[in-house]
Amino acid sequence: MSRRTMIEAIRDAMDVEMGRDDNVVVFGEDVGYFGGVFRCTAGLQAKYGRDRCFDTPISELGIVGTAIGMAAYGLRPCVEVQFADYVYPAYDQIVSEAARLRYRSAGEFTCPIVIRMPTGGGIFGGQTHSQSPEALFTHVSGLKVVVPSNPYDAKGLLIAAIEDPDPVIFLEPKRLYNGPFDGHHERPVTPWSKHRLGEVPDGHYAIPLGQAAVRREGSAVTVLAYGTMTHVAEAAAEDTGIDAEVIDLRTLLPLDLDTVRKSVEKTGRCVVVHEATLTSGFGAELAALVQEHCFFHLEAPVRRIAGWDTPYPHAQEWDYFPGPERVGRALRETVEV
Amino acid sequence: MDRQAPLSLHVPEPEVRPGGTPDFSDVKIAAAGSVRRPETDAKPEDIRDLAYSIIRVLNRKGEAVGPWAGLLSDDDLKEGLRHMMTLRAFDARMLTAQRQGKTSFYMQHMGEEAVSCAFRRALRPGDMNFPTYRQAGLLIAGDYPIAEMMNQIFSNERDPLKGRQLPIMYSSKDHGFFSISGNLGTQFVQAVGWAMASAIKKDTKIAAGWIGDGSTAESDFHAALVFASTYRAPVILNIVNNQWAISTFQGIARGGSGTFAARGLGFGLPSLRVDGNDYLAVHAVASWAAERARRNLGPTLVEYVTYRVGAHSTSDDPSAYRPKEESAAWPLGDPVLRLKNHLIVRGAWSEERHKQAEAEVMDTVIAAQKEAESHGTLHSGGRPSARDMFEGVYAEMPPHLRRQRQEAGV
Repeated sequence: MSRRTMIEAIRDAMDVEMGRDDNVVVFGEDVGYFGGVFRCTAGLQAKYGRDRCFDTPISELGIVGTAIGMAAYGLRPCVEVQFADYVYPAYDQIVSEAARLRYRSAGEFTCPIVIRMPTGGGIFGGQTHSQSPEALFTHVSGLKVVVPSNPYDAKGLLIAAIEDPDPVIFLEPKRLYNGPFDGHHERPVTPWSKHRLGEVPDGHYAIPLGQAAVRREGSAVTVLAYGTMTHVAEAAAEDTGIDAEVIDLRTLLPLDLDTVRKSVEKTGRCVVVHEATLTSGFGAELAALVQEHCFFHLEAPVRRIAGWDTPYPHAQEWDYFPGPERVGRALRETVEV
Repeated sequence: MDRQAPLSLHVPEPEVRPGGTPDFSDVKIAAAGSVRRPETDAKPEDIRDLAYSIIRVLNRKGEAVGPWAGLLSDDDLKEGLRHMMTLRAFDARMLTAQRQGKTSFYMQHMGEEAVSCAFRRALRPGDMNFPTYRQAGLLIAGDYPIAEMMNQIFSNERDPLKGRQLPIMYSSKDHGFFSISGNLGTQFVQAVGWAMASAIKKDTKIAAGWIGDGSTAESDFHAALVFASTYRAPVILNIVNNQWAISTFQGIARGGSGTFAARGLGFGLPSLRVDGNDYLAVHAVASWAAERARRNLGPTLVEYVTYRVGAHSTSDDPSAYRPKEESAAWPLGDPVLRLKNHLIVRGAWSEERHKQAEAEVMDTVIAAQKEAESHGTLHSGGRPSARDMFEGVYAEMPPHLRRQRQEAGV
């Protein structure tokens, strides 16, 4: 057991898996010698060699396309797209190929790849270093979509993702790389070493995909969140004194509906929060599922607090980011209905 | 002040449209045997001329000539002829089956049979093709059962892909035939990745990527060449230039580039251009590229110059965009006839034996079709179960799919 940042936890997950399985290969832009622009692959090339961890040309399509070919051969590529904002050139390969390979070949060919990408805002990243494109992947049959919110989960989930037989989109909230962030940007940042979930076991452990975690038990309202917004939701509950139950979904697809349902049946109220834009965001799916499965328990409309339906701005960072104040207001309004 | 003439947009047009007289006079064709055969370890920069010429073995008299000749025995060639004839008979039967409503869709190979059939012979067991929808010769020449191909086309109860895929989107790992996707170009870069994996594992297997002239315009083509070049992947990158991408002539995709093969030169890839209707030339060039890949000398780009004689698909009518007689005017002729004539010149074949072989091949194809139809066709007889629709999306069915399967009542 040791204190780790999310970066170190992610690096550690790849280290563990590369050590356990010769078929795990890691590559992407600046991933090899340099160790990644966020240091997530630091030292892996030196430890495992250039043919296990290497730099690629700047071509997201090429990175994902070659990974699919490698997976068809029998490798387990864990590749990086430098920012989730830059995954779009690879979208055809992900949606048309990786997601469907098992289905269309009736299992003859499979695609056990992980596509890691830093996601989310709150870092003055502007339009192309802040996006949260998870809904573009949760709409795709055949993909799994994971968003960790802390070092402990990041390592366990990434290990599970690398060992998973299906393609996994692994979205890493870069705002959480060095420490938890609850949206109170006016306060000094705290490091993971001061957070309970910064305790990361050494060696191998896996957190099964498709299982949510209850971060804060409560009885007044259920908050469905993931990634950075898990911390924002917890802060909103503390700030408002509302006894909210905060669920960190961890895996968006497949979703842990049982945990969601149990909680909403208990609280009778539900607020969904995410950084991504509102319209057709993953929150819409969550709200619809809650409505379908918990209708007779609901005592208030399901609220969605999300990024505005605009491109992610630069100067207006904190007007855009759904912080604890906005989430808190929604909690209050929901419990007062 | 100087007045500048207004700019104008250049939109390439084929020489001839319907009603015109076919004209291939601008297609420069090297004489058979005239193009040199470099060593397989030749440096790409020393063989740049091969990207602008056409490697050919069979001359007008049907003789095999020049440095690329002499690799195949009489028996090899007779088998190759049978493969091409089988593919042609298969196409004819499936075209009719589509017209009869036994399947929804078909795409034929008419005129391009040599490319996939001869290429297949240069591969070894374990090598992997990443084909497009017009390389079924890879399966036939690899002795994949044609009844199985028909089961897939009919989406019947024996369909190996359980009715999930459009007709002709075959998949057979055991036969080195990667699952076909409807999305063009995607498999070209995947082939490079497969080859990189083989190199990473210090294996001896090689990969072959396939793409048509039109799809070279896709970004995947570019990415494949970059990655193949960077990592010197053991891959053969095949461009089948059949002059047409549905209704669009190859000049639209090629633009100002002299040839499609020439695109490889900028990536430092050895790039060869070959007569795609010459079974011997295709096989010789494929063998050259395969040896290069196996010796860890890196990737090769090959352009097969051929002509799409048939319609693009059963949903297409070429008379709307090109002269009906154009295929007859194509200067590289018919691959089946050319190999047949060569075998006759070699004294290994005759008109009589050819007629007999045609009948035998057709009997085989008809027998396979009868067998396949006994397991159902698209709208009648046996069909895949609706349960199969929900299987295989993931390795294990997640809860939401279980709920949907229950809701569907299957």
